[in-house]
Amino acid sequence: MRVALFVTCVNDALYPATGIATVRLLERLGVVVDFPAAQTCCGQPQFNTGYRRETVPLVRRTARAFEGYEYVVIPSGSCAAMVREHYPKFGETALPARTYELTEFLVDVLGVTDVGAYFPHTVTYHPSCHGLRSLGLGERPRRLLEAVKGLELRELPGAEECCGFGGTFAVKNSDVSAAMGQDKVRGAASTGADVLCGADNSCLMHIGGILRRQDAPQRALHIADILASTEEEPLL
Amino acid sequence: MSGTYLGMPSFPKAAKDAVHNVTLRANLRHATHTIRDKRAKAVAELEDWALLREAGKQIKDHTLRHLDRYLEQLESAVTAAGGTVHWAADAEEANRIVADLVKATGESEVVKVKSMATQEIGLNEALKAEGISAYETDLAELIVQLGDDRPSHILVPAIHRNRAEIRDIFERKMGSWGRPAPDGLSDSPAELAEAARLHLREKFLRAKVGISGANFMVAETGTLVVFESEGNGRMCLTLPETLISVVGIEKVVPGWRDLEVFLQTLPRSSTAERMNPYTSMWTGTADADGPRTFHLVLLDNGRTGTLADEVGRQALRCIRCSACLNVCPVYERAGGHAYGSVYPGPIGAILSPQLRGIQSEIDVSLPYASSLCGACYEVCPVAIDIPEVLLHLREKVVDQGGKGHRLEKTAIKAAGWILDHPAALAAVEKTASGTRGLHPGRPPGAGAWTADRELPELPAQSFRDWWKKNRT
Repeated sequence: MRVALFVTCVNDALYPATGIATVRLLERLGVVVDFPAAQTCCGQPQFNTGYRRETVPLVRRTARAFEGYEYVVIPSGSCAAMVREHYPKFGETALPARTYELTEFLVDVLGVTDVGAYFPHTVTYHPSCHGLRSLGLGERPRRLLEAVKGLELRELPGAEECCGFGGTFAVKNSDVSAAMGQDKVRGAASTGADVLCGADNSCLMHIGGILRRQDAPQRALHIADILASTEEEPLL
Repeated sequence: MSGTYLGMPSFPKAAKDAVHNVTLRANLRHATHTIRDKRAKAVAELEDWALLREAGKQIKDHTLRHLDRYLEQLESAVTAAGGTVHWAADAEEANRIVADLVKATGESEVVKVKSMATQEIGLNEALKAEGISAYETDLAELIVQLGDDRPSHILVPAIHRNRAEIRDIFERKMGSWGRPAPDGLSDSPAELAEAARLHLREKFLRAKVGISGANFMVAETGTLVVFESEGNGRMCLTLPETLISVVGIEKVVPGWRDLEVFLQTLPRSSTAERMNPYTSMWTGTADADGPRTFHLVLLDNGRTGTLADEVGRQALRCIRCSACLNVCPVYERAGGHAYGSVYPGPIGAILSPQLRGIQSEIDVSLPYASSLCGACYEVCPVAIDIPEVLLHLREKVVDQGGKGHRLEKTAIKAAGWILDHPAALAAVEKTASGTRGLHPGRPPGAGAWTADRELPELPAQSFRDWWKKNRT
């Protein structure tokens, strides 16, 4: 099976490790991964801030970059939601039908929950809003984590509450955004887990930024980072 | 809307104080989480909730599509039942109509049923200017009125107050408005409620004019409907000789069968009750009982303009249940006052800028007062896609330009060019990674991010770079 990886601009520039982990994970599962170099950004930041006109070229570029691929895999719930939910509003309907968020692709298309990963740490999972409500990822990420060897999953209190990132909301309403993030971090700390895991690095950039500011022992990791970790090549 | 809200600062500025007010944060968190959890249980009891939600949405959309017809039908039915219908294009006209009607009775006092529409138009202030005292009789509205405060929640207007604060307000203020609070008043809910009951009883028995809003108006019979919990509404609707109801034009439903849906969805969504304690319905006047004179003031005040907007008009489906406030993480931290309107929370963020126009500092900022998490849409009993309307209003804000958005537009355009040229993007990434040791942890201009958060550390290479080196 051949898939195109839409790594997303945030992962490309700031979290390449998540992109690399996604490639290793998919290859380990027998998938051939392509990276169409014409891809950049899905246009979500522009669209969510009210810049519809400025979104158009990015929607067109993305749709063109992934033409001809049966499966396009995105390691980000919100970017996948942008394509799935909003691209049809720009007249792009082919790409949304072929687009899968990573955990969705693993569980629904490949039909696996045990991906052969090894991660001997305690983990709590934060389901980011767009994955949760727009894509309806449901139990998929948790089922994948539960099958990881050595991993102990701990329930996150108030898991379904937004972390407060919200794209440009994080700077336009920075006080409220930070307050939401601090509450999220408090909940995560109460689990005593080593790692706070999510499926959206933009949310994790915000949550992780608060954790680091507080010198908290917990660290934020993308689910791909954990699923790519093996006994031979452990991440932590 | 009410003059009280003119000159409000933008949402982020107004929210800043609330975020750092420890007592307020604790009050709001406790109250919203309690109602939120109860609502979830009450809704889960109904197997056909999704269908009721869809039915509510369709009834509202159908009515709004034929609003002209249903309003005229309503007017005929109310008139035939002995009432008088007045049409008010805006707040000023509505206030003048009501003030003139009260003055014509020769009275200088009115009792009020809790009503969002009369708060929206600032009726109490307008009546005061005409020498008429308006007494709020809903417990929470009484707390707000006595405290010289503003409501901060649609259903629980005094949600920002705790019991100790309420006792202090009663002790200090009840005496100057009427019967004083009993000596040695404690902050137990029963004692506070009894103090309010005694204070209000005096007003109910004396009042000759009552003023209400309505949750629904049934076009086919001209019947108005009020849902309430305390019984104060029933008193105001039945004891006075004259009843004046001020109702937004979007509150009409075609027939009684349509009410069936909302009788189920409204109480469960708002107070998390299977049925609200008091549902009052009245049709014009009756000879033997109740008010002798009934006036209905139909209020537009920006609603027709909202109806003309294909995306934004869904906000007019709102039945004021406030479920969206109770699940909103932004409301929970910012509090209701930051929204600068009688309509706070997610629904306020899409309703206020549409009713008032996107002009003032607060109305320009409201469409951005959301992380777009979507919890509001999920619980809305009439399926208002609040995030969709927020995005639509953000586009309008951007299109009209204005302060603060010019610089942003330039930055977005510059980023857009880079993102449309992958080679340029790769060069930017390479430069950033190559100089990463030189970047300050808190660069100037990034204060909105770095006040409470670290910036992400730049990686040694971009993914694009890694791919080029390892997979091609």
